[in-house]
Order: sequence, then C-alpha cells, then structure tokens
Amino acid sequence: MKKFIAMLMAAAMMMAMVACGNTASNNGNSSNNGGSADEGGSTDGTVVIRIGGIGPLTGDNAVYGVATQLGAQVAVDEINALGGPIQFEYNFQDDTGVAETAVSAYNTLKDWEADIIYGCTTTGPSVTISAETYADRYFQLTPSASSTDVTAGKDNVFQMCFTDPNQGVTAADYISANSLGSKIGVIYNNGDAYSTGIAEAFIAHAEEIGLEVVATETYPSDKNTDYNVQLNACKDAGADLVFLPIYYSPASLILAQASAMGYAPTFFGADGMDGILTMDGFDASLAEGLMLMTPFNADATDDATVNFVESYKELSDGVIPNQFAADGYDCIYAIYAALQNIEGLADMDHEALCEALIAAFTAEDFSVDGLTGSGMSWSTSGEISKDPVVVVIQDGAYVTM
Amino acid sequence: MSFLNNVITGISLGSIYAIIALGYTMVYGIAKMLNFAHGDVIMVGAYVCFFATGSFGLHPVAGVLLAMVVCTILGTVIEGLAYKPLRQAPSLAVLITAIGVSWFLQNSAQLLWGAAPKVFTPVVSGGLSIFGGQLNISYVTILTVVSCLVIMVLLSAFIGKGKMGKAMRACSEDKGAAQLMGINVNSTISMTFAIGSALAAIAGVLMCSAYPTLMPTTGSLPGIKAFTAAVFGGIGSVPGAFVGGLLLGIIEIFAKAYISTDLSDAIVFLALIIVLLVKPSGLLGKYVPEKV
Repeated sequence: MKKFIAMLMAAAMMMAMVACGNTASNNGNSSNNGGSADEGGSTDGTVVIRIGGIGPLTGDNAVYGVATQLGAQVAVDEINALGGPIQFEYNFQDDTGVAETAVSAYNTLKDWEADIIYGCTTTGPSVTISAETYADRYFQLTPSASSTDVTAGKDNVFQMCFTDPNQGVTAADYISANSLGSKIGVIYNNGDAYSTGIAEAFIAHAEEIGLEVVATETYPSDKNTDYNVQLNACKDAGADLVFLPIYYSPASLILAQASAMGYAPTFFGADGMDGILTMDGFDASLAEGLMLMTPFNADATDDATVNFVESYKELSDGVIPNQFAADGYDCIYAIYAALQNIEGLADMDHEALCEALIAAFTAEDFSVDGLTGSGMSWSTSGEISKDPVVVVIQDGAYVTM
Repeated sequence: MSFLNNVITGISLGSIYAIIALGYTMVYGIAKMLNFAHGDVIMVGAYVCFFATGSFGLHPVAGVLLAMVVCTILGTVIEGLAYKPLRQAPSLAVLITAIGVSWFLQNSAQLLWGAAPKVFTPVVSGGLSIFGGQLNISYVTILTVVSCLVIMVLLSAFIGKGKMGKAMRACSEDKGAAQLMGINVNSTISMTFAIGSALAAIAGVLMCSAYPTLMPTTGSLPGIKAFTAAVFGGIGSVPGAFVGGLLLGIIEIFAKAYISTDLSDAIVFLALIIVLLVKPSGLLGKYVPEKV
C-alpha cells in the first residue's frame, strides 16, 4: 500500500516537472523576440496574447467561477479558429473565492507571463487583485465582480457587469415606473458585498423617489437555510413586493418557504437570481411571476445566443450557460475588439499593452455588441454602460418585459 | 400567533440539528474522536437519495435505504483507510485527518456531481394547517422529530443492552482494558462508524427534505451547528444531542425574530459559552472526574 502511494506521488511529480518544462521552453522562445511578453513570436505576423483568468473553480462559488471560465473558453476557441492575426492563449487559475488564494493564482499567471488579467469572478478577490494589477500595470477586465471597490481609483480595471449600486438604483426606478408594488420588503445577505451593495443603493434611492420600504431583513450567509423569520417580518409589515438582491440558491429556499407559509408577494431579483430555473429538480411553479434583471437570456432565439449555448453545452457536459458565462464570453470579445484598434501590438510588453487597452476601451467611438447587450461602452472609471433587461418568469421560461 | 410560529420554525430547524447531532455524539461517545466529516457523509447520503429517486425513479423509502447502505459502506471505508491507521496516534492527528476527509468528500462530490445546486425532492411534502391556516407544521418536521425519538430510543437500547453495546461502552471507557478483556476494539469502533454513517444518511435525506438545496458544501455548516448542539447537550450523551439540537434551533430562531438577524449566530454561541461555563460537560453530559 505504502509503495503504491509512493509510486503515485512519484508519477505526479514527474507530470508536474514535464508541465513546467513545457512552459519554460515556451518562455524561452518568446524571450528571443526582444523580451516583449510573448507577442510577435512568429514571422507570419500572428500575435499571441496570453489571457490569465482567475476565479473560483472549487468551493462555495465554484458554480460562478466555472461559468466564467468556460464562457471565456468558448470565445477563445472561436477566435483562435478564425485563424486571424491575433491568437489567444488562455490559462484559468482557481482562487476558491478567497482573496489570499487569488493572490497566489495571480502570481502563477505572472510567472506564466500573462499579458491581460481576466477576472476575478467574485468581488472579494477582485478588490485585492485589482490593487495588484494596478501596481504591476496589467490590464484587467472582470466579467462579474460588480462592486465599485473593484474599479475605484484604478484606471486599468474594467467591468463587464453592472455595478451593484447601479443595479439597486435601476431596480428601484423600474419598480416605481411600472408601479409593481406600493409596500416593499427587502431581504438580503449582509455578509456579502454584492448583496449589501445593491440593497443599500436600492433602499437609499427608493426613499428619494418616494417608494415605501416597509421591511429590511438580513441573513448572515448563503449557507443559511431558514428564512421563515425574515419572510414573516415582510408579511407582517404588509409588503406586496419583496426585493431579493441575492444569489439564486438561497432564493430558491425563500420561494419554497414563502409558498409553504402561503405568502405570495411579487418577488423581484437582481442578476444573481439568474440561473434559478436551471437548478436540477427545481419546481418552476415556485418561480412563476418572479421578476429579475438579467443581461442574458439563454432561451433567446438570436443566432449569437443559440450558437453560444450550443458550444457551451459541448464544453460543459450539457449545462445551460448562465449570465456569468455570457459575461465571460463578452469579455474576451471586448478584449479582441479593443486589440484590433491597437497599432504595433507585436512589440508591446504587458505594461504598454495595458496603457493601449485603457485608451482603446475608453475611446469615444469604442462600442461592442455582445450577448449581454449591444452598444456596450465603458467610462474612464471602468464602469460599463448597457441597457438593463427585466424578465419575468412565465410557465418556467424567461419572458422579456 | 407569531410566537407560536417562531416556536414551530425553531423546532423544525432544531430537529434537523438534533438528528445530525445524534450521529456526531454517538461516534464521539464511543470512539472518542470528533468526526468532522460527518456533515459531508450527510451530503453524500442526500445526493444518493436524490439520484435514486430523481434519476432512477425509485420509491423514496428505497432511496433512503440505498442511501443508508452507501453511507454505511462509505463510513466503514473512511474509517478503515483514514482513521484506523491512526488508532494509536494523538487525538490531534485524528482530528486533522477528519478535517482532511471532510474536504476530500466535498471536492470529490463537486467533481462527480458538479458545483451547481440541485433541488431535492422532499420524501414527504405538505403540512398540517391548524387555527385556520395561521399555523403551519410541515410533515417533514413531524417526521424528523419522530425519527429523532425513535433513533434515540433504539440507540440507547442498543448501547445499553446486548453484547455489542456492552463492548462499545467498554471501548469508550478504556480501550486498553477492553482489549485485555478480549474485546475486538477495532471492529467495535468500525461498527460504531457504520451505524453513525447510516444515521447520517437518514439525517441527510430529512435535512434536504426540509431545506431542499443540495450542493457539495450543504453538509458543512449544519455539521458545525450540529456539533455545537452535541456539545450544548453534552457530547457523548444521546438524549443530550436531541435536547441540545432542539434548543439550539429554537434559540437561533428566537434570536433572529426578537433580537437581530445579524447577531443570531453570535447569540447562539454566546448561549453555548454560558452553558459550558455553568455546566462544563453540557446540559445532560456526565461529569467524569480526572483520576490521579
């Protein structure tokens, strides 16, 4: 038994060494070209850009990390298959959703000589990593880290998703404009920056525009299982609309428990609610009438979405992509579009590339059409501007409002 | 009425803690080790039942039985591979190994079944509505409390009477002396793990019937809470686990309803600290003086 384990270990170490050897020889090649990162490696004018991705592939948030990893993979494969002058190399590292692990993932990618950092998936690690990339001058584009802390004061960090406060304000405006409810209850996770960010902006803006918030309830972690107390408080306060700026996994429990206690207000979610219908075994009738803001609808019938859903399913054993995957896909295409506007790509190291990409992203006429919106553009603060889409669930499918 | 509602919510949450705590406390009481992987065995049990009833269309009862068989085998294998070689090692080494096993199970589950949460189909659904629908007691809660009581009585009888039970108590008191008396300590402890894991399967199915989100980390937080419940009631004591679980659930819900949703966990652990200060061996635990 011991011998067997020893053999196994030895085999594993061999594999690791072989893997290291490969990267080392690649790096050797690129250093022949005047030390520029690794672009311009070949004579036929092809430029190879290395994209280093970071996100949680294991742990509580793995479902989002895997989505951003594979969504971007689909785009990388498509672009490389075009055979154009820009080719991508893609390496995605696991950060388990923890800032400390993200730093080591980032260091791994620096050693791999990444040119661009794609990530992180979640806000906590992104805040840490964006400080690092700002100091090291790497261009960073996050698919889904939506806090303003990620971009604040860092000119090199851009977002593909809406910011949290932006979502809260948009939701309040939408509810008020369409008179969806007169008394509003809010249930959010106060242990989570995403949820708190949306909820606080929502509550503040609701007050400004005269929307009455009658109950504000919190819970400490998405691992919480019982929401009866929070729902009872909303029910007792007479809330006819409950705003849930939370992820879909706790939301599924909230919907089930509300239905069990016979409480049926309008539920309104943010983009974290997207994915609730794809949960294995979820009773879709619970979500009937649920409204959410999401930039991506996997049931849409336009060619781009259909193709993406198909390629994604092939990569992921039949999983239907959520908006995290679509944001990831759009990130790669946005980078690709910006790279095409840059002259002299072959001679740039990651610092020069970072400055060039910042200029390209914030250029007046730069806009990208993607799965999550058309005419997407970025401000100098790194925030995206695109139209929010509100969908309502009818008969177990999204219907755009 | 809202007070009664909170009591019922507390009992339904507490009964889940109690049924998990029964497994924890039984393994600790006999093997004198904290099996931190218990929560993850629960998760495996729930997944087995999920696939048995969902994908293969088995009857829920058959699903529960299958989950019990799989968990029993899993528990025995874990015990044989990870804990048995450490029988003579200091208890800290075993504790760390248990945490390692817990992570191993979580990550294997993620590899096998993916990270996306699944919605568990409850083995029993619906509930009892009284006072014109103002109070709702779900059947799962009733089933959980009844299962807890039945398991408690059976466990107490099994440990209290019979040859195997006697052997278990002997091992718990003094492994060395038990061995000298001709008791096979290794197989007794393996047996304990087998029973604990079968209980974990039942707990997993009931927990996911009450709170139907199933993911690889589902067992971890309830596992920790149930461990707290076991300590609260007196670790090693079977009735203590039941009482501790129920009290913990009720305290948690009351803290949320009447004090603060933000501080509920802090209040739960504050209650634990107070109990341990006043009664160091837990509510129903036996105080064993150190003999010098």
